Amino acid sequence: MNGTVGRLIINRLGLGILTLLLVSIGVFLITNLLPGDAAQAALGQSATPETVAALRLQFGLDQPAPVRYFYWLSGLLSGNPGISLVNNVPVAQLIAGRLPSSLLLAAVTAAVSVPIALTLGITSAMYRGSLFDRVVSVGSVSMVSVPEFLVATIAVMIFAVKLRWLSALSHTADIASAGQFLKAYAMPVLTLCCVIVAQMSRMTRAAVIDQLSSSYVEMAALKGARPTRIVLTHALPNAIGPIANAVALSLSYLLGGVIIVESIFNYPGIASLMIDAVTTRDMPLVQACAMIFCCAYLLLVLAADICAIVSNPRLRNR
Amino acid sequence: MNTMPNSNVVVADKLPPPSTVKPRRFSMPILGLIGLCIVVFWLLMAVIGPTISPYDAGQIVDADVFGGLSRKLLLGSDYLGRDMLSRILFGTRYTIGLALAATLLACSIGTGLALCAALAGGWVDAVMSRTLDALISIPSKMFALMMVASFGSSPELLIITAAITYMPGSYRISRALAVNVQTMEYVQAARARGEGALYITCIEMLPNMIRPVLADAGLRFVFVVLLLSGLSFLSLGVQPPDADWGSLVRENIAGLGEGAPAVIMPALAIATLTIGVNLLIDNLRGKRSRKD
Repeated sequence: MNGTVGRLIINRLGLGILTLLLVSIGVFLITNLLPGDAAQAALGQSATPETVAALRLQFGLDQPAPVRYFYWLSGLLSGNPGISLVNNVPVAQLIAGRLPSSLLLAAVTAAVSVPIALTLGITSAMYRGSLFDRVVSVGSVSMVSVPEFLVATIAVMIFAVKLRWLSALSHTADIASAGQFLKAYAMPVLTLCCVIVAQMSRMTRAAVIDQLSSSYVEMAALKGARPTRIVLTHALPNAIGPIANAVALSLSYLLGGVIIVESIFNYPGIASLMIDAVTTRDMPLVQACAMIFCCAYLLLVLAADICAIVSNPRLRNR
Repeated sequence: MNTMPNSNVVVADKLPPPSTVKPRRFSMPILGLIGLCIVVFWLLMAVIGPTISPYDAGQIVDADVFGGLSRKLLLGSDYLGRDMLSRILFGTRYTIGLALAATLLACSIGTGLALCAALAGGWVDAVMSRTLDALISIPSKMFALMMVASFGSSPELLIITAAITYMPGSYRISRALAVNVQTMEYVQAARARGEGALYITCIEMLPNMIRPVLADAGLRFVFVVLLLSGLSFLSLGVQPPDADWGSLVRENIAGLGEGAPAVIMPALAIATLTIGVNLLIDNLRGKRSRKD
């Protein structure tokens, strides 16, 4: 670790914060371009112009957009993203009730999918061109190119309808034992894993193959090292950076998948909260949820980039 | 995904100039042919589907809901007893039409902006690239959800949303290609001849980057299909009484418990389309890189 790496990381962090700021402007613009406004939406069609005007004043909608943006941004930063238009509950409270279950789902999925994906990716890189490699690669290409809800419906068909092992909905309220936990989480986690593992094993395979084609691996082979040893002690340590990069990037696919999965299994997480908010046009809630998702996405991409910077030996020795 | 533009650039780089390429026999691996057949089949269905469908999409033809496959109703019946085959055939137009329009829009705007950026260079290029990079950092489904929340869901909005979502990616790839092609001698020769910017882009640069751009458009089409059917699945996409394949899965989801074909068939239709396009593109690209 030296000055170059530190400077690059600080640069990358600064760029990340700048991007987040741009994204927040984007979110604010999209959700405020609507010709009608929140006051009109909250009161419905039958509202008189006077009540609408009064509510506009109460929401602060009479102020110019940049002023409202700064109010909104400072609210977000201080943990107070406004009041839900639909049921008059603070958005922060709604989110606090749902965020832990979404994080738990994401954590369980990551814990299951990362080891599987790395094993698949590394072994298929080792036996490149073999039948195993081709099966894994065709499987992951088709997994990436079908919609998440197909994976979910097929999983329900097999495990809930035909085999009757699991229930089609995820009941998280009454979890008392490990068995119930497994029953509630198996289906959503399985579906999410299918999508993530496919992405991650493809990227891991590419990263390891990239290392395997370098000259030090050729040297190790000429020296007479066995294939397992070449991969585990020579290629893998050098591939850790690209692999960490691949893991972080694939985990960002979780964000898209979780929207569908929470909706299909009726899982009480933040994505289903957001879908409800979109259906009822509850703008403060939509904005807050969107910012949470964008933050998570940017954090994962940032983590991927920092892994790539830290693990680059050329930067370390400069 | 990230390595794709680079590999394409390398391929484009190694290609001999078009005039020296011998006309080669049209040959394609078997998987590519399968992909081509699937794609042509669905495109055909999008055009003639409604005219050959056995029933009208809204017509209730069977008292039995979530019926299985039979001689009368080839793909079973849906939650109201309508013919599933007809509903899928009518839905083809929405799924493929919307996605095709969005893809064309995304790729033509993306490529157009990329050519402008590459030609202009300097701060125009920098500003454009930075802005579009920021757009990429909003996850696609999130962006679509916000657009639907703000503007309501209509076919036009879906097309625009998907086009905006996938335009920056197309811009990135085309820009990389354009910057690469721009350094070629024939472009510099054209510049030295005093040709105008329009001539250089349209006659010299575009034909030499069109193949990777088209391959990229195919992949983008798959993403758009997945995004739009995902939205429809959340009942935020195509609105009733119209239905694309995603909405068909959604409206029949109650039949999942009894294993109704009405849930699986539209989902399979999406899967065949996306896998077909993927197979076709992979094998087009694979053949070229093997040959050179």
